[in-house]
Amino acid sequence: MEFFLISLLNGVSYGLLLFMLSSGLTLIFSMMGVLNFAHASFYMLGAYFAYQISVKFGFWPALLMAPLVVGVLGALVERFMLRRVHKFGHVPELLLTFGLAYLIEEFVHLIWGRSSLDYKVPTEMDGPLFTLYTTTFPMYRGFMMLVAVLMLLAIFLVLTRTRIGLVIQASLTHPDTVEALGHNVPRVFMLVFGGGCALAGLAGVIGGNAFVTEPGMAAAVGSIVFVVAVVGGMGSLAGAFVASLLIGVIQTFAVAMDYSFVTLLKSAGFVITPDTFLYSLWKLTIAQTAPILPYLFLVLILIFRPRGLMGTREG
Amino acid sequence: MAQGAQKIVFRPLNLARCIIWSGFALLLLVLPLFFNKGFALTLMCQIGTIMIFSLSFNMLLGQSGMLSLGHAVYSGLGAYFAIHMLNLIGKGWLFPVSLLPLVGGLAGALFGVLFGYVTTKKSGTPFAMITLGIGELVFAMSLMFPEFFGGEGGVSSNRIAGEPLFGFITFGPQIQVYYLVAVWLFICTAAMYAFTHTPLGRIANAVRDNPERVEFIGYETQRVRYLVLIISGFFAGIAGGLGAINFEIVSSENVSAIRSGTVLLFTFIGGVPFFFGPMIGAVIFGFFIVVLATITKAWLLYLGLFFVMMVMYCPGGIATLIMMQFPIVKAGRFREIFPSYCLAVAAGLTLLAALVFAVEMIYHLSLEAAAGTTKAFFGYDVEVASATPWLGVALLSGIGAVLFVAARRGISTHWDRIMGDIIRSQTA
Repeated sequence: MEFFLISLLNGVSYGLLLFMLSSGLTLIFSMMGVLNFAHASFYMLGAYFAYQISVKFGFWPALLMAPLVVGVLGALVERFMLRRVHKFGHVPELLLTFGLAYLIEEFVHLIWGRSSLDYKVPTEMDGPLFTLYTTTFPMYRGFMMLVAVLMLLAIFLVLTRTRIGLVIQASLTHPDTVEALGHNVPRVFMLVFGGGCALAGLAGVIGGNAFVTEPGMAAAVGSIVFVVAVVGGMGSLAGAFVASLLIGVIQTFAVAMDYSFVTLLKSAGFVITPDTFLYSLWKLTIAQTAPILPYLFLVLILIFRPRGLMGTREG
Repeated sequence: MAQGAQKIVFRPLNLARCIIWSGFALLLLVLPLFFNKGFALTLMCQIGTIMIFSLSFNMLLGQSGMLSLGHAVYSGLGAYFAIHMLNLIGKGWLFPVSLLPLVGGLAGALFGVLFGYVTTKKSGTPFAMITLGIGELVFAMSLMFPEFFGGEGGVSSNRIAGEPLFGFITFGPQIQVYYLVAVWLFICTAAMYAFTHTPLGRIANAVRDNPERVEFIGYETQRVRYLVLIISGFFAGIAGGLGAINFEIVSSENVSAIRSGTVLLFTFIGGVPFFFGPMIGAVIFGFFIVVLATITKAWLLYLGLFFVMMVMYCPGGIATLIMMQFPIVKAGRFREIFPSYCLAVAAGLTLLAALVFAVEMIYHLSLEAAAGTTKAFFGYDVEVASATPWLGVALLSGIGAVLFVAARRGISTHWDRIMGDIIRSQTA
């Protein structure tokens, strides 16, 4: 029971972090049709900026400023780079963000070096939140969950309760009509792109010190975020939420489980020795397969439900 | 052309095509006479392998509009099968080493059948994401099954195995490997070019341009994509097999996302719209990976910048830049625009110099800070911490910018005038 609850909490907090990343990706994709390959790179930039700001001013200003800086950067990228290739179609846009991911990683090398940074959890958060049976749950994890939930709430309110949110929603499906009504749709795109990048930056600020801030952090999380977006259904925020939690929980549980077919079959009465056919397959523990589970999940979803968990269209 | 007036001319040989292909064969044949150093030979073997790989990649991206982010899966798995076969030959199996790429190709096609079934269900951006997922899946698996993939160290082998071909070709010396690569490169290039002219190759172009209309005339786009992917996987596997012979080691890096990203970058830089574009890309690959990477640590940054610039300003790649000059050369007016091109090159070189100085100095400050603040540039010691070199960089960028503006104006006025004349003369 203790294992179950703690793993669940860890899984949910990891899943919420994934959601902070995938929500921006999904918003950008559903609006502009652009798969932002550099999304995880903006997450990394968020962590690095937060480190730089927290060294000077402390963690709390960084929590506010770093996402803003990343958001402005994202808006500039949309305005001066993406908009230029927009006329060539979606594949060049994807390629541009692909190249951008390379560039951002190299800029991080250039400025902060290749080793990991000493970006720490703020001291006032550096303690246990509560103790469950015998395991303590760190306060910072709770804070991460709180920020993610607040962000979810904020996105929801902005999209459904404000004027700009309504324009955004309308531009999703009917950009031409919205433009005809006198709204500046390209500027809305720029805002959404900047906003999505800012969300990734925020995830970086709170994820960078919870995990590790290093040049490889973008690549480590990047492809998982894409899996989340596809599994949830391309362009569906609710789907991204469900898929993030699902993948977060699955992966956290899998890492901690040390069972394999050998143990399963042994309890059923069969004996498997190293000489058995395909022994290398049977002896794999669930923990060992954890890295491929999200991708396996992706393949299964594509075979049995191609539009994703909550997607509305087959892309 | 009036109806019925068209005379049917029987032309058994396309002269231009004959010249190009025999020229290509001749070039492959004589290159080692000029570059016979061990390093150059290895480099050419590598470039030849990458040429096949990127041509197979362009079958997807350029000819069928499928952006694959996991193409290394096919070449890498092909390489694994080839190297296991090579090990079996070493143990006494009767199979010629020279046909080893075929084993890789068959393995690549087999996995194309397997993975393609899932990936080609979608097109466009979702296809890209799914191939990325498949790539990650295979890469993660390569670390899970050390029995087949050799774990961290990979699988190594010895290419001097089995009976020598014609009694003396053992593939021990690099020059023999070069000619093996050259023969396979020629065959594969010819085969892939021929493929573009088959009905399947043509309908693949149509699927790229307008999938909806293809569905209307009765073709299933998904099946077209599937078939093209299998064939492309076959050629990628051949490239993988050749790489296995060349390096005698295959590791999980061969199936990694880095490898897939590399082939994408260089194919695009070379030029996606033209068949021969990826071959130019492969040569540039040789320059970047082998030459530049040994000189500077910042080569990935230069590569990324180069790529982003190409995407933004020249999405057709270098092949398109070359082909754009054709009408002008044909009209005999290249001389008019040539000075502007020279100016553009000068501007580009100046800006490049400024960029390189700035980047190398920043790298020196951030990564080699322990070695002091002086950096050696082409034999000169530069004091990185002082203001002088930075002023130099600013000056260079200023000059470069002025030159660039001038060159751009010159090119655009000349270009518009010449093209206008050409179009007028054609319609007149």
